[in-house]
This record gives sequence, C-alpha cells and structure tokens, in this order.
Amino acid sequence: MRGNTQTISQKPGFHIGNALNGLWNRLGMIMILILLCVVLSFTAPNFLDTANMLNVLKQVSIIAVLAAGMTIVILTGGIDLSVGSTVALSGVISVMASSAGVNPFVAMLSGVAVGYAVGLINGFFTAKTKLPAFIVTLGSFTYVRGLAYVISGGYPIVLQNETFKFVGGGAIFGIPTPIYIMLFVYVVMFFILKYTMFGRHIYAIGGNEEAARLTGIKVERSLINVYSISGLLAGLGGVVLAGRLYSGQPTAGQMYELDAIAAVILGGTSLTGGKGKIQGTIIGVLIMGVIGNGLTLMDVNFYWQLVVKGAVIVAAVLLDRLRGNSAA
Amino acid sequence: MAVKEMLRNVLHELKDPVLHMEGISKTFSSVTVLNNVKIELYPGEVHALMGENGAGKSTFMKILAGIHTPDDNGGQIYLKGKPILWKDPVEARNKGISVIHQELNLSPNLTISENILMGSVFPKNRLGLVKWEEVHNLAQKVLDQMGSNLNPRQLVSTLSVAQQQMVEIARALSFKAEVLIMDEPTASLTDKEIKKLFDIIGDLKKQGVSIVYISHRMEEIFKISNRFTVLRDGEWIASGPIEETNPDHLVKLMVGRDLKDLFNREKPSHPQANGQKAAPVLELRNISDNTIVKNVSLKLFPGEIVGLAGLVGAGRTELVRALFGVSNLKSGEILVGGASVKIQSPIDAIANGIAHVPESRKEQGLFLSMSVKENILMAELKKHSKSGIVSWKEVNAAADSYIKELNIKIASPEQQVSNLSGGNQQKVVIARWLSIAPKVLLLDEPTRGVDIGAKTEIHKIVSGLAEKGMAVLMISSELPEILGVSDRILVMSEGRITGELSREEATQEKIMYLATRGE
Ligand SMILES: Nc1ncnc2c1ncn2[C@@H]1O[C@H](COP(=O)(O)OP(=O)(O)OP(=O)(O)O)[C@@H](O)[C@H]1O
Ligand SMILES: [Mg+2]
Repeated sequence: MRGNTQTISQKPGFHIGNALNGLWNRLGMIMILILLCVVLSFTAPNFLDTANMLNVLKQVSIIAVLAAGMTIVILTGGIDLSVGSTVALSGVISVMASSAGVNPFVAMLSGVAVGYAVGLINGFFTAKTKLPAFIVTLGSFTYVRGLAYVISGGYPIVLQNETFKFVGGGAIFGIPTPIYIMLFVYVVMFFILKYTMFGRHIYAIGGNEEAARLTGIKVERSLINVYSISGLLAGLGGVVLAGRLYSGQPTAGQMYELDAIAAVILGGTSLTGGKGKIQGTIIGVLIMGVIGNGLTLMDVNFYWQLVVKGAVIVAAVLLDRLRGNSAA
Repeated sequence: MAVKEMLRNVLHELKDPVLHMEGISKTFSSVTVLNNVKIELYPGEVHALMGENGAGKSTFMKILAGIHTPDDNGGQIYLKGKPILWKDPVEARNKGISVIHQELNLSPNLTISENILMGSVFPKNRLGLVKWEEVHNLAQKVLDQMGSNLNPRQLVSTLSVAQQQMVEIARALSFKAEVLIMDEPTASLTDKEIKKLFDIIGDLKKQGVSIVYISHRMEEIFKISNRFTVLRDGEWIASGPIEETNPDHLVKLMVGRDLKDLFNREKPSHPQANGQKAAPVLELRNISDNTIVKNVSLKLFPGEIVGLAGLVGAGRTELVRALFGVSNLKSGEILVGGASVKIQSPIDAIANGIAHVPESRKEQGLFLSMSVKENILMAELKKHSKSGIVSWKEVNAAADSYIKELNIKIASPEQQVSNLSGGNQQKVVIARWLSIAPKVLLLDEPTRGVDIGAKTEIHKIVSGLAEKGMAVLMISSELPEILGVSDRILVMSEGRITGELSREEATQEKIMYLATRGE
C-alpha cells in the first residue's frame, strides 16, 4: 500500500531496476505486450518479420473492432454478449444480399445495418426496462444466432463478389484492408470518448448513473446509442469476416464476445464502469493476438493455446492490479 | 460545575494518554497533506479535532484507524505508551479503535442488522448457519440504546441519508471501543437525533471511552468537548482544554485570521420585502407524492431565499425531489412563471430553469473517478460544445473561474474528485448548479460538512444569486443557518407544511414547535 516506488525515485543515483519500475508504473500493460514480444522474438521463429506482424494485425482486426464497441458498453457499466452472434447474422445477410445481385456496397451496408438494429434492441431493453444488460444480451446472443441459422438454412453461403471480398481479404499498399478499418474505428472512438459530449456522458453514466440522471444527462438515450454502436461495429466485423472467409457462415464469430471482453479488461477498463480508455483496449487486443500468433509459430496445438491464453489473461490482470495498488 | 470540569481536565493531564500520535506526516503523490501533526487522547474525554475543509482531519484519523499508513519516518502511533503500526483497519479495530466515517460506507442491499454487525462474527447454530433472529436482536439492542425506532430487518437502500447516518453510528457503537472517532456524525442529523447522540457520548465518556469529535458546528463543540486540537493546512496549530478558548478564538486558529461570525443576510432586497407586487417564479398547488408529501402548496418569488425546516423524515427532501422530477407526483400542479408545466424528469426541470443540489453528494452528486473540472461542468457541457464536440479550452476556463469563485481547495482541476476533502466535494456540486444559471435553485443541505469560512462563502454566494433575482428554496437541518439566511421560513412536519414564519418573527423555538406539531 505504501508508495514505495515514490520514495525510491526520490533517492539520487540511477538504477536499472528503478527505471524499469518507473516505466512499469507508467506503462503497465504496454510493458507486458513488449515483454511478450521480446520473449516470442527468441522462441518463435520469424515472429518479428514484417509479414508476420501484419498477419497478427490482420488476425486481431475483427476482435479489435468488436472490442472497441465493447469498451464503451463496459464503460457504462454494462456488457454486450451478443456481438459474436451478430457477426454471424451480419455475414449471412450481407452475403445473401450480395448473391441476390445487390450492389456490393449496399450489401455490406445491410450487414452493418442489421448489427445496428440488434444493438438498438439491446439498448432499448437495457435502458427502458432496467433489465440487467447481461440478461438482455444473453437473450440476443441466443436469438440472433438462431436467426443466422434460420436465414441461412444452416449452411455457409458462398460469396462471389470481388469488391466484397476485397474488404476482408484485400490489401492496399501491401497492408491488408481490415487493418485500415480497425485503425479508422479506433481513431474515431478515441475522438468520441475524449472530445464529444456523448463520450463524456458515457463516463459519467458509468461512474454514477444516479448522479448523471440528476445532472440532466439523457441517460436512456445515451445507453441506447452505446449499445447501437456496439451492434453496428459487430455488424461491420461480420462483413469483414465474411469478406475474408469468402462466405457468410451461421457458425461464424463464436466466442468472439468473450475475446472482446477479455481484451477490454486486459486494457484496464473497469467492469463496474466509469474507468478505462480505448487505447488500453487496443493493447489488450494485441496481447491476445500476439500470444495466439506466437504459440502457432511455436507449433503449439490449438487446444493448448486456449489453456495458455486463459492463464495469461488472469495473470496479466493480476499483475496490473498489483501495479495499481502500489501506485496508489 | 465548571470547577469539576476543570478538575477533571487536570486529572487528564496527570493520567497517561490511552493513545497518542506524534510527528505524523502523510504525502499523497507528492502533495503533503499532513506535516508533523500530533494528538493526545485521554480516557473519558471528548477531543474536538478542528480545521477548515481540507485541513487534513479525516486523513489524520484514517491513519489512526489503519486505513492510511504514514509516510516513511512519518511519525508514530502509541497505544498506552507502546509504539504500534497497524497492518490494516481490522487490526486497529481489534485493538479497540472504532470509526464513524464522514462518508457513509454502508451496503445498500443488506439489512440494517447486517450493516451494523458487519465485521463481527455472526451468531451461528450447530450447522454453522447464521441465527438471524439473534443477529436482529443484537442490532435491535444497539438501536434501542440510541433511542432509534428503525427496524433492523429493513434494507439500508430504503433509508434516508439521516437514517443511514444513524446506522453508521450504530455500527461504530456495536462493539466496545476504547477510542471512538466521530467524523462529522451530525452533518445530516436534526436537533432531536443530535440530542440522543450527545446522551450516548455522555455515557461513553463515563465508561472511559476516549472520543475524537470532528464537526464544523461550533455550538456542538462547546457543548460536549473537553479538549481541542486545531489543524491548518496539514499542520498542527494548537491543542488545549476547551475552557481556554472560545468560538472566535478557535475560528481564528483554524483560519489563521479574524473571521466574522455566521453569515447574516443584509436587509433583503427582493420585491416582496419591499412591498412590491411580483409574480411568483415557482408555484406549487396541492402537491402530493406517492410517499409522504401531502397537499403542499407554496410560492417562490424572484429574489428571495426560503428556508425549509423540519425534522428528519418530515418530507422536505421528498418534496424537493418530486419538484425536480426525480420522483413522480400523485396529484397537484406545478407552475413556472405562471404557466402550468409537466416535470417528469430532471431534464424537464432543468429546461424550466430549476437546479437542485441533492443531499448526498457521493451517491447523487459526484462522478467520483472523474476530474474536478468535468464534475463542475457536466450539466453544462452543451454550452461549451459545438455540434457535440467539447471545447476543453472553454471547459478549463469556466472550471477555473468557479474554482476561484467558490475557493475550492484542490491540487489541480484535473484532480479526481474522490481525493478532495468532504467540504470541497460539496463545493464542486454547488458549482455545477451555479453553472447552469438557474431561475430557481433547490438546495438540500447545501453546507453539509462545509467549514465555517466556506459556509459563509456559500451563504454569500446564494445571497448574491438571490439579489440578482434567483429564487432559492433551501433545506437545512441547522437552525442557525436557516435563521441567518432565509427571508421566509416554511416548516414541514409529516409531509405537510405546518407553518410559515417571516424572517423577523422566526426563532428556533417557534420553528421547533411547528416541526414537532404532529407529535
Ligand atoms: N487519497 C488522496 N489522494 C490525494 N489527496 C488526498 C487524498 N485524500 C485526501 N487528500 C487531500 O488531503 C487534504 C486533506 O483532506 P481531508 O479529507 O483529510 O480534509 P478534512 O480536514 O477532513 O476536510 P473536511 O472538513 O472537508 O472533511 C485535501 O486537500 C485532500 O484533497
Ligand atoms: Mg473530513
């Protein structure tokens, strides 16, 4: 509990250990990410190659987009379990639209719109009925997946359109398209959270909903918007995934909601709301991606990867807690 | 009598202190909050710990209770002469240190009993299951001792702030303490409860318990304390027997300069007082709500401050909350500027120019993990935004001016509100509502936990706002405040308005008579 780092840094002289300690306090999760990269650069062949790095970014891009939406939901003190299912429904619907001969942009937009609609319904029920978000989105987790099966008949639908495929599998200047999409989403989200009234109201609602209401903040409307944005981003993720898989699959996106939640928490956002940053979330996403990629390069099988991933999530959050306590 | 008291004080000096602290220093992220402070506590004494908001009183006592640790080489606590260092609050508690915290720390979804007995071992049967009957009985005993008629089975979330404070006190009394710290225990209590509390304090004194008493209410200090210690800006200033000081002297020690007594409003300049006819800004006609408020009618005129007095539970807070759209009306009509309006949410109220400083700053007012500046401007972000995008430059400038105007003591406007002292937190909430420049200002215990200097400032500010034409309705449980500031006083009892007193005719006795009329 005592601020030992503080007293140490006041002493004259330079110590590697102290410098590291200071860095650790300031950077936290970034340090864990760097540490992971250093370890993997020795143990995993070709880990640091540009091609592999781009591959990591491409692989995390969809989870990253979902996690951006999840961040604002969790900042309000809520949770959105429906994003993985929404990825599937959005993929199925947009590919079907494309197969029906609709303009590819309109087809992709329809996927995004479906996601928005799912989010709108989540938001409406969470805000108006005061049901816990966990329950509301557990419901949509199930019915949205169901709809994806019903509409697709349970089979993947093949994507023909090249423009659509480009969004998921193409590249501009050698960099995969999904990476641009991810970057765009994070820049916009950073701006929203830091510089807009809506963004500040998100923090206020998460910090103290009662006080927010008494301050005249439109709590219900803000909540509806937050869930709608999360749904919209899940829809976008579904379109990108369909473009990458060249098909709309009703089984797509399973467990994505849990990966997104894990990334948000790794990024330091408090599950009780009101505290956290979007910059943290991207670090969390990268930590998860780097572990998965590194283990694959090291030929660790997928089952063991899950075991390691789970352990790392808990360990990283634990380390971060320790840091938070010593800094206080 | 006085001689006896003095004798006892002399005896104190001869006795060894049960606990003393020496050379205590505490630094929070490079801000020094306490610097070399000390205190000596003797058995059977009430020791008044005095100081302005942010002087460091609560921090000092949190160190005593094991919640904070002093800096390295930052002093020593001695229990019966032996140096000690608490590992954690539980250890301090086991050694007989009990605290009533300034901020309420209750679990809202548990019963009163569970909250009172939290931290002690619940009676269990042979299967290891809790014997709830006995738990409730134990809690009932403590409540009876306090003369409280609360039902131990009730959930804390259903209680008013004052009732919660009673539970907090009961918790501290539920186990036998040698040192009892009371950090502003009376901040939201009315005279009736305070009297009971003082009776209890008297009993504890006789049992040899040593009590640290923190309060900004001067009358209380001189009624119950034996000795005092004054802190200013984290420094120890003075200690001594209470007979060697007087209110003016104490204030001078606390503030470091001479300060006039309680603020007294000049001859009010509102139209009503000057015999002019003016239209009311706000009028209530036969308002009832679903809980306690019954058939309340009142008018508020521009430029006047109306005090709303009454006992805890009289329905004052409920009335104001219904008026602000927090709770629903059952019947009645609200008129703003002569026109009937529907107020169904705080948003409607704010749109009609009504502002509301709620009674509980932590639960209803503050965004604890956000910065001071955002807390101040949260209701007015719109004014400092263009198409939804906040101009931080404007926000910073506006926040700075309120911080200066209300003299809020902070390290920087970016500081988290949770780190401010209680009184400064209160000023942040008030600043927020001044920022919307309302026509009607509803104040629910606006100076709860605020020191004398700041209290005077807040009264001056409110008075100045009234001068400029704002109508103010102020709830306060502190009668001197009501009497000093109001142009007109309404008294409530059991949900009804039982009387109105003009500034000239009002006295504490008359108010208390009207407030207890239902009983
Ligand atoms: N955890 C913390 N981190 C940083 N600063 C703190 C922290 N706790 C308290 N402070 C600062 O220490 C100072 C003293 O605070 P404290 O709460 O002890 O004052 P106080 O005398 O109890 O005031 P009040 O009468 O308003 O309750 C304040 O300036 C406050 O901002
Ligand atoms: Mg205090």
